Amino acid sequence: MVDEKLKNELSKQGIFTTSLEQLYNWGRSSSLWPLNFGLACCAIEMIATTMARYDMARFGAEVFRPSPRQADLMIVAGTVTKKMAPQVVRLYNQMPEPKYVISMGACAISGGPFKQGYNVLKGIDRYIPVDIYIPGCPPRPEALLDAFMELQKRIDRQQLTGANRPRHLNADEPSEFPVPRFGAHDLEPAKNPNLWKAPLVQISQTGTLQTVSPQAGTDESRSH
Amino acid sequence: MNLEAIKSELEASVPGCRLELVANPSPSGQHSLRIDAAHAVALALCLRDAPGLRFDFCSNVTGIDWPGKQTTEKVKARKLVAGVEQDVEELRTAVTPGSLEVVYHLYSVEKKHGPIVLRMSTQDRDANVHLPSLTPVWRSAELQEREIFDLFGVVFDGHPDLRRLLLWDEFQDHPMRRDYVEPDDFEYEPTAHDEVLRRANQHISEAGGKLQSEGGGR
Repeated sequence: MVDEKLKNELSKQGIFTTSLEQLYNWGRSSSLWPLNFGLACCAIEMIATTMARYDMARFGAEVFRPSPRQADLMIVAGTVTKKMAPQVVRLYNQMPEPKYVISMGACAISGGPFKQGYNVLKGIDRYIPVDIYIPGCPPRPEALLDAFMELQKRIDRQQLTGANRPRHLNADEPSEFPVPRFGAHDLEPAKNPNLWKAPLVQISQTGTLQTVSPQAGTDESRSH
Repeated sequence: MNLEAIKSELEASVPGCRLELVANPSPSGQHSLRIDAAHAVALALCLRDAPGLRFDFCSNVTGIDWPGKQTTEKVKARKLVAGVEQDVEELRTAVTPGSLEVVYHLYSVEKKHGPIVLRMSTQDRDANVHLPSLTPVWRSAELQEREIFDLFGVVFDGHPDLRRLLLWDEFQDHPMRRDYVEPDDFEYEPTAHDEVLRRANQHISEAGGKLQSEGGGR
């Protein structure tokens, strides 16, 4: 690893130094192509984010790909109904690695206002791994941009080797996840137990939530 | 338009039909007309085509579930008890079968009147849930009748394409019925209350966690 001061000094002299890891992460984080699909009203905010006023193209995400085979990022924007969930998982499975998921809005996180309904999935993280959660109903375009920049920061921090290497460089980690089937009353299975476990939540007398066991997966933004 | 006048006009033009005025005592006073299933299509055609009525637009179709009621009453009866005839009080339970009701809201764009509200009931909630479809009369009823078929389980005879609309074909219940039991997936409910809280606590106690209290998560 080149010393940061030395690197700055060299760049002033017209010598560019980098590492393969930095170059690789820079390339991936600067051209995240989202998958072109939306599920509900959050998709309207997602569309607004790509338009001239908020201009997501500044971050290298201007090309929304209509095919999952050309996309790096899935923005689950909106309510995932139980009827739609298998298709969302199937789209995710068809995306090539490395792939990332942003769960946008209350519905995609947990079911939102429809959580106790009969037809809405209680969070897409029951079937596919989610990298970034954006709360909001719907989140503003700034929130989506913030989530996008947070994802870029996370990609820049990734290591190519070692125990902390990302999923797509670890042959033991799955790249596809089982697609739920339509059952008689619910999706079968109702969740992927390897991916999602119900957190044990305790509510103290002061009314604050305390998560007892952290949720499985790469969940940082949803700790209470 | 006066519903009484419509009722008498319909009775005159569709012989044998059984109509019933269902009064609405609320200030809005939106009274409705219960029609019998056997003459429903003839009545609908008359409502649509009669020159004075011309209800050419069906704006809304919806369903209502009336669950069956069980009533118990004490009845005095003479019975032989140990060889002696005595007056004995008996508890008798009577079960009124519930029904599924379909409500249509009609307007006339041409005559600029409406709405009138039509009601149609099935015989019960289990076996006899067939009703004639009014989609051949008002095409706008097609998707809404499919939705009622999906969520309430009313089977519309004569519907051109009666499939489930919102849920998948393999789904077995009708979730808008009052006795629908939803799948038990209450394992994570951070803002639970009432019935949801009770079911969430079941999951928490199975997992060995501390029970939540009412209103704690808000």
